[in-house]
Amino acid sequence: MQHVALADRPDELHDPQTFITKYVWSQDHKVIAIQYGSTAIFVGLIALVLSGLMRLQLGFPDTFDFIDPNSYLQFVTMHGMIMVIYLLTALLLGGFGNYLIPLMCGARDMVFPFMNMLSYWVYLLSVIILLASFFVPGGPTGAGWTLYPPQAILDGTPGYDWGIILMLVSLAVFIVAFTMGGLNYVTTVLQARTHGMTLMRMPLSVWGIFVATILGILAFPALLVSAIMMLLDKTLHTSFFMPAVVSLGENLSYEGGSPILFQHLFWFFGHPEVYIVALPAFGMVSDVLSVHARKNIFGYRMMVWAIVIIGALSFVVWAHHMYVSGMHPAFGFFFATTTLIIAVPTAIKVYNWVLTLWRGNIHLTVPMLFAIGFIFTFTHGGLTGLFLGNVTIDLPLSDTYFVVAHFHMVMGVSPIMVLFAAIYHWFPLMTGKMFDERLGKWHFWCTFLGTYAIYLPMHYLGFLGVPRRYFAMGTTDFIPESAQSLNAGITVAALLVGLSQLIFLYNIFKTLRSGEKSPRNPWGAASLEWQTADVPPHHGNWGKELPQVHRWAYDYSVPGAAEDFIPQNHPVTEDEQTEGH
Amino acid sequence: MKLVIALILLIVGTLAFHFWSPWWFTPIASNWGMIDTTVDITLWITGFVFVAVNAFLAYCVYRFRHSPDRRADYEPENKKLETWLTVGTAVGVAAMLAPGLIVWADFVNVPDDATEVEVLGMQWQWQYRLPGADGVLGEVDARLISQDNPFGMSKNDPAGQDDVLVNSNELHLPLDRPVKLLLRSKDVLHNFTVPQFRVKMDLVPGMVTYAWLTPTRTGKFDVLCMELCGIAHYAMRGYVVVEEQADYDAWMAQQSTWADMQAIPAGNADVGKTTYLTCAACHGQQGEGNPAMNAPRLAGLPGWYIARQLKHYKQGIRGAHEDDEYGMQMAPMANVLANDTAIRDVTAYIETLHARPATNTLNGDPARGAGRYVSCGACHGANGEGNSALQAPRLAGQDDWYMKRQLHNFRHGIRGAHKEDTYGHQMVLMARSLKDEQAINDLLAYLNTL
Repeated sequence: MQHVALADRPDELHDPQTFITKYVWSQDHKVIAIQYGSTAIFVGLIALVLSGLMRLQLGFPDTFDFIDPNSYLQFVTMHGMIMVIYLLTALLLGGFGNYLIPLMCGARDMVFPFMNMLSYWVYLLSVIILLASFFVPGGPTGAGWTLYPPQAILDGTPGYDWGIILMLVSLAVFIVAFTMGGLNYVTTVLQARTHGMTLMRMPLSVWGIFVATILGILAFPALLVSAIMMLLDKTLHTSFFMPAVVSLGENLSYEGGSPILFQHLFWFFGHPEVYIVALPAFGMVSDVLSVHARKNIFGYRMMVWAIVIIGALSFVVWAHHMYVSGMHPAFGFFFATTTLIIAVPTAIKVYNWVLTLWRGNIHLTVPMLFAIGFIFTFTHGGLTGLFLGNVTIDLPLSDTYFVVAHFHMVMGVSPIMVLFAAIYHWFPLMTGKMFDERLGKWHFWCTFLGTYAIYLPMHYLGFLGVPRRYFAMGTTDFIPESAQSLNAGITVAALLVGLSQLIFLYNIFKTLRSGEKSPRNPWGAASLEWQTADVPPHHGNWGKELPQVHRWAYDYSVPGAAEDFIPQNHPVTEDEQTEGH
Repeated sequence: MKLVIALILLIVGTLAFHFWSPWWFTPIASNWGMIDTTVDITLWITGFVFVAVNAFLAYCVYRFRHSPDRRADYEPENKKLETWLTVGTAVGVAAMLAPGLIVWADFVNVPDDATEVEVLGMQWQWQYRLPGADGVLGEVDARLISQDNPFGMSKNDPAGQDDVLVNSNELHLPLDRPVKLLLRSKDVLHNFTVPQFRVKMDLVPGMVTYAWLTPTRTGKFDVLCMELCGIAHYAMRGYVVVEEQADYDAWMAQQSTWADMQAIPAGNADVGKTTYLTCAACHGQQGEGNPAMNAPRLAGLPGWYIARQLKHYKQGIRGAHEDDEYGMQMAPMANVLANDTAIRDVTAYIETLHARPATNTLNGDPARGAGRYVSCGACHGANGEGNSALQAPRLAGQDDWYMKRQLHNFRHGIRGAHKEDTYGHQMVLMARSLKDEQAINDLLAYLNTL
């Protein structure tokens, strides 16, 4: 490599000594990763509680005094927005992206450490602005996480005054934070890989995070401009998204704007956002499966290309969220076709995960349980996507609980299964300690079985035609009484799953306080992050010398080799019979 | 091992749930049976893949579980297998997409003989407009919408004069005749959904969207709004009645046109004053109400609201439920008013009466009530002043004992349960968000401060 990153010039290397520079204003990617991760998990827990409140109302209507139609919509909106943006995006990219990229690529740090630090603090600011909306007059916005105008900024919607303004500002600030982090991740992958680490030797985790970050850099600006335009519509009464309307009997001064324009901009961001969450998860789960099956990932090149193709296609499918929005109906043909094409590379990924297990030597460790659980939930969620992506089937199912069940399976449960797999898998590296395996297994069983008990039945509420975002169903001719018992059952399952996350938190805190020391490389992983000078790795990651990479990250069970894995930085010996890479 | 059993149980359980679930599409009532067929095709293909992939996954977990004396295979790639899987998947996807696109082409192209009906959405009600004798819908403009012109009809377009304006949430459609629904919104996004019709489409302010269908079964079907439209989104309900041509013609004959609507004269308060003498016996000379007679105050209530309630009493929509003791007293009294003119006159007189501030008769906490009022205020106004555009009456100044009884009646379906009582039905849904008596007392205590 021609370029020598700042972090690799030892005399200029920033070497923090005080507590504040080490742990607060830290420029170490690992500390920033943990700051990102813990903040994301904290807001995620708030969003989890909000979903519990929603489920209480849906499962047991007319029972709880503290939920009314107004607050219900606020819970729905804040739950969705926090989970998608402030938890998943932040934890997968800001958390794992930050932690893994330099370690897996063999870099000393991100290329722009100061900007990396700034990224976290700006993210924290966006979280504070978001949470502040709980305390302003009128409370947070209740416009749904899609924030569709005109209703998002008009009377009759919860938080139409302060709440929506804070939401839009918070999103804009988040995007600034994301861009600072994202440029860093992309540049680091492209410029700071160590000797011998070719692109096609990178672990799939890095590939997933890398492509997802590129998607984010291209997609978030669409959200940024729509947030700014809506802020102008709200505060200065411009009419970007606002046609002439009569709101609650009052003729407003707006004229000529287009609500559909907002939807196109929103989903131009919103659909790639699905893959901003999914691709890092795809990458990390590939690595976890490979390590714990003691077998190379099957079809590595195909897996890389699938990530790249899915990433590219994700920019030409957005309007499948808008089949019944009133856009020109001819769009339906195009977007249904592109959407179903995306099923092909996605299916290939699923096949390759299962084929990685085929003739493996599977250790059912806690991370592996979560990874296999992911294959099941993602298969289910992916297949229901074929219903909604097919424009005709979307007609009866759009805006019903089928949609809610589908995107929770594919974008909620599945990435979270991977996140847990990843946290358990890399926890020994991050902390040097080994978690309690028994508690980890309990956590897996409650989460895996519990979430399926929530979302499988929910699809059938959708087939019935139960609409989403309803405070109460009331009486209709077509929904039988039994649907209410189903809803009550879903609520019980949801509350149990929510509570079982306490097992996870307890396990983490217990291990941090008094956990056993972990072996250096407890899973026998071949990728570079486990080959650092110290575990957990110190600032600068690699001691004096950067590692030299000789092979891909998946040399497991190589015939002729002494052990069942060969680390990436071990030179090729004559005995082993590897193929390529 | 546990995981293998769990995976198999999940596969079997999913299939069992699917086949035994009583929760499925409601029977279809339109020409869109092809949509159901496309769903079935997709279910079979995806169901097969779901079982195959996960069964294979379970097999791998079982067969290749860890054993210390065995090593995993080393097989980075298998071009042939990967190609076959890709091709097979592409074929399956095409098999699902093709029928989808064919049906969509039908949906996009409206048949020439479809009659046009306009569906007009607003927070949180449905209204409808039919083209009238000339078969042409007149011009409309959102900027013309007002109290007297709820559809925003242009006065200059002669084609609009015979348009039939259905100022109710109930639309009638003739059986077996294709209909093109033109969808329009006054304020925010809505979505017109009748689950039995299968098709749905958003209503977008500033433009006209459409969907078409042929009703194939008579009956009365729920209309739901399926695009989040604010606090009372879930209470935005309506009905579509599909009926034989003769019944449809009879319904049509009762509807009034835009021209009729403009010709309605204002009420005559002087004539109404004489009529009111009967009412005054219970409701008081100044319309101040009389708790001893269980008669609420009328002064301060808007005329349109009183007129609607009087009509409801006359038609048995209100005051017909056996538990509605006082409503049943009122119903025969309303019959004293012979016709719409008499109702217009008496309400015109009541509008001239002046209200005094309400007095507290309940022990509630107004501070807590203020929080509860947020959802109510969306329709009834932040100061309880009411909103005629939303058909929400004034609450400020009304007697709390009366409102408490009405909330009780709404919550228990004593009032608002009648299918014709559009706005009452909305109140049934809203009143149920008040969970107990204390909540109601707090709310009313707050209203007394307005």
